[in-house]
Amino acid sequence: MFGLDEIASKPPFSLCKNEKNALFERALGELSSLHCDQCADYKNIVLGLGFDPDAPHRVEDFPFLPVRLFKTRDLLSVERSEIVKTMTSSGTTGQAASKIYLDRGTSAAQTKALAKIASDFLGGARLPMLIIDSTEALKDRNMFSARGAGILGFSMLGRDATYALDDGMRLNFSAVSDFLERHAGENIFVFGFTFMIWEHFYKAIERSGRHLPLDNGILIHGGGWKKMQGEAVDAAKFKEGLREACGLRRVYNYYGMVEQTGSIFMECGEGRLHCSVFSDVLVRDHRDFSVRPIGEPGLLQVISLLPRSYPGHSLLTEDIGCLTGEDDCPCGRLGKTFRIDGRAPQAEARGCSDTYERR
Amino acid sequence: MREDKKGGLQYLVWDGLPQAVPCAPYSEKECAFVSALSEKLIALRRFPDVVSFAFFCRKANIARLKREFDKCPELRLGRGTVFHITPSNIPINFAFSLVFGMLSGNANIVRVPTKPWQQVDAVCGAINELLALPEFRELKQRIAMVRYGRDDGMTGYFSENCDARVVWGGDDAVNALRKIPIPPRAVEMAFADRYSFCALDERAVASLDDAGTARLAENFYNDTYLVDQNACSSPNLIVWLGAEKPEIREKFWRAVCERAAGYRMAVSFAMDKYSALCECLADGCGIVGVARHGNLAYRVRLSSLDGVEKRRGKFGLFFEYDAACLDEIAPCVTRKWQTMTYFGIDEGALREFVEGNALKGIDRIAPVGSALDIGVMWDGFDIIRTLSRVVDVR
Repeated sequence: MFGLDEIASKPPFSLCKNEKNALFERALGELSSLHCDQCADYKNIVLGLGFDPDAPHRVEDFPFLPVRLFKTRDLLSVERSEIVKTMTSSGTTGQAASKIYLDRGTSAAQTKALAKIASDFLGGARLPMLIIDSTEALKDRNMFSARGAGILGFSMLGRDATYALDDGMRLNFSAVSDFLERHAGENIFVFGFTFMIWEHFYKAIERSGRHLPLDNGILIHGGGWKKMQGEAVDAAKFKEGLREACGLRRVYNYYGMVEQTGSIFMECGEGRLHCSVFSDVLVRDHRDFSVRPIGEPGLLQVISLLPRSYPGHSLLTEDIGCLTGEDDCPCGRLGKTFRIDGRAPQAEARGCSDTYERR
Repeated sequence: MREDKKGGLQYLVWDGLPQAVPCAPYSEKECAFVSALSEKLIALRRFPDVVSFAFFCRKANIARLKREFDKCPELRLGRGTVFHITPSNIPINFAFSLVFGMLSGNANIVRVPTKPWQQVDAVCGAINELLALPEFRELKQRIAMVRYGRDDGMTGYFSENCDARVVWGGDDAVNALRKIPIPPRAVEMAFADRYSFCALDERAVASLDDAGTARLAENFYNDTYLVDQNACSSPNLIVWLGAEKPEIREKFWRAVCERAAGYRMAVSFAMDKYSALCECLADGCGIVGVARHGNLAYRVRLSSLDGVEKRRGKFGLFFEYDAACLDEIAPCVTRKWQTMTYFGIDEGALREFVEGNALKGIDRIAPVGSALDIGVMWDGFDIIRTLSRVVDVR
């Protein structure tokens, strides 16, 4: 089995196309065999799709599970007794949440990968950390929500972690001011979810007419833009708002999902999302799942080398996106780059059901 | 169109609450109105589904239905007022429901889909024009078309004032409506969720030339992809009779995929379908193999029909089963089974299959291509007789 430690010892954006392809062909072969041996559902699916786990395959020929399957089924590749953490997606009300089962090994791998990837943006040292959220998000430690898991995962990367919001999601000016005074002149790691930052941090600063000096801040934020669209705020407006409100200039979005925690895709200063040595992305045509070239939009397939306790190493998301390049980002990071265009729209089927519409 | 601002109620056709004055089924006035509606809609030349509705309503067809009906000499009258609750996703269904109510001798209140279908406006527009003519004046108080959202108060009001209630749209709709009472003497005709399949005789398919195969594929397409394989009469299961030669089957599916090449496969449909495929593969039991034609058609070959009616396909997900003869599938047929479409099976064999096995289900047997052809016999109901009452004269 390929060693994650060896991969993690490389700089996170250092593999060129050929090196990465060789690594991923081998690693995906091993992961697919592992999950076939350990997870009956996975085996039934991939064998049913005509996949031969014992033969060599190109990266694009490995099967992918639809992310939705983690909402409807309990998918594990270890004994239940090995599970140390169950993570759930935030799933909007009424929808089933994904359940992701982690054993000690996969959980540790996630932490390690996240640290490696983020360090490329934060620098090697652990920075004082300001979390734009409330400790409320961490209440139930047995079932980690995507939000709680994100906070906990990232907070390992900082020190003196301070929560900017109180239990009522109000901005705690005095706590933040004290924090900034304590760390005057230092770089600050700021973390939060896009919508929370906008709604409870940016707007609160705007309303107060006060200024928080975060010129030394490096913001990493994720969680998607869906709610932001309702506010008509795009990435440019978000960045501009934060620069004006608190001098934050270094703002990095990431794309990640609870099904592949750890191997997140970071957006560089050029506005491109980057695959790391732990991850890869393919764009597929929804009509036949053929692979689409750079520049052509389609469904995103995400690949992560981390999942061993659940068969989540190759997933078809419901997000539409587009490759923007490979090994050619002006920021210098190697690997594929892409952008997200949003969630695939829900089309309405014809048919004779649903007469007396639910409100 | 008038609008009742308070209730969110729109009157598309309205001249007061219809008067429950029954008349005989296929009475002259109603038949004349239906064929006049047909002419108007055919002249409109818009919407294929409106055209096929107009075709059903044409004078000759109504006369034929009346002749069939008159073969039985019993004395019948409409029940009074029929309240129709019609489905949101098949825009023309409301019009069929109305015509069935009229032909059975009733006044009608039709709740049309809340979705703004142009077909609804077109048909209601034509109805209003006809009702404005002197010869149809007396029908004015017999037709009401309303549009409102889910409003139990409104539905309760119309339900109190009906003699028969027609509920389209599956188990959820039927269950929701059952909570709203109708008068003790009133009847309800409810269309629940159903399961449908298609039986193809391999030898008959083998004997087709290219044009014949293309025609069969076209007919199959019309039963399935045309409605996202989501109508209750669209087949989920394909039973191959006398299956011995896989190449025959491949020939058929190639032709289906060719016909379906222009199918509007939305991204979310592709995801739904792929998820459904993985979901049924994960369970593992009873599956021999999977064939995929891009994302256009997924075929899951079954080794057993146990619980087959729970395997539902949409957007081109089909289950296939090889059977030596029709009788082999009889034990699986439950009361949920509705339409059997067939190709290459003679009528005697079809009748023998149903009678000889005393089947609990299957209410319709129709050639491939006719799965969606709605008529006065539907879902096991003789609609005209269900919506009329018999007067026993001795």
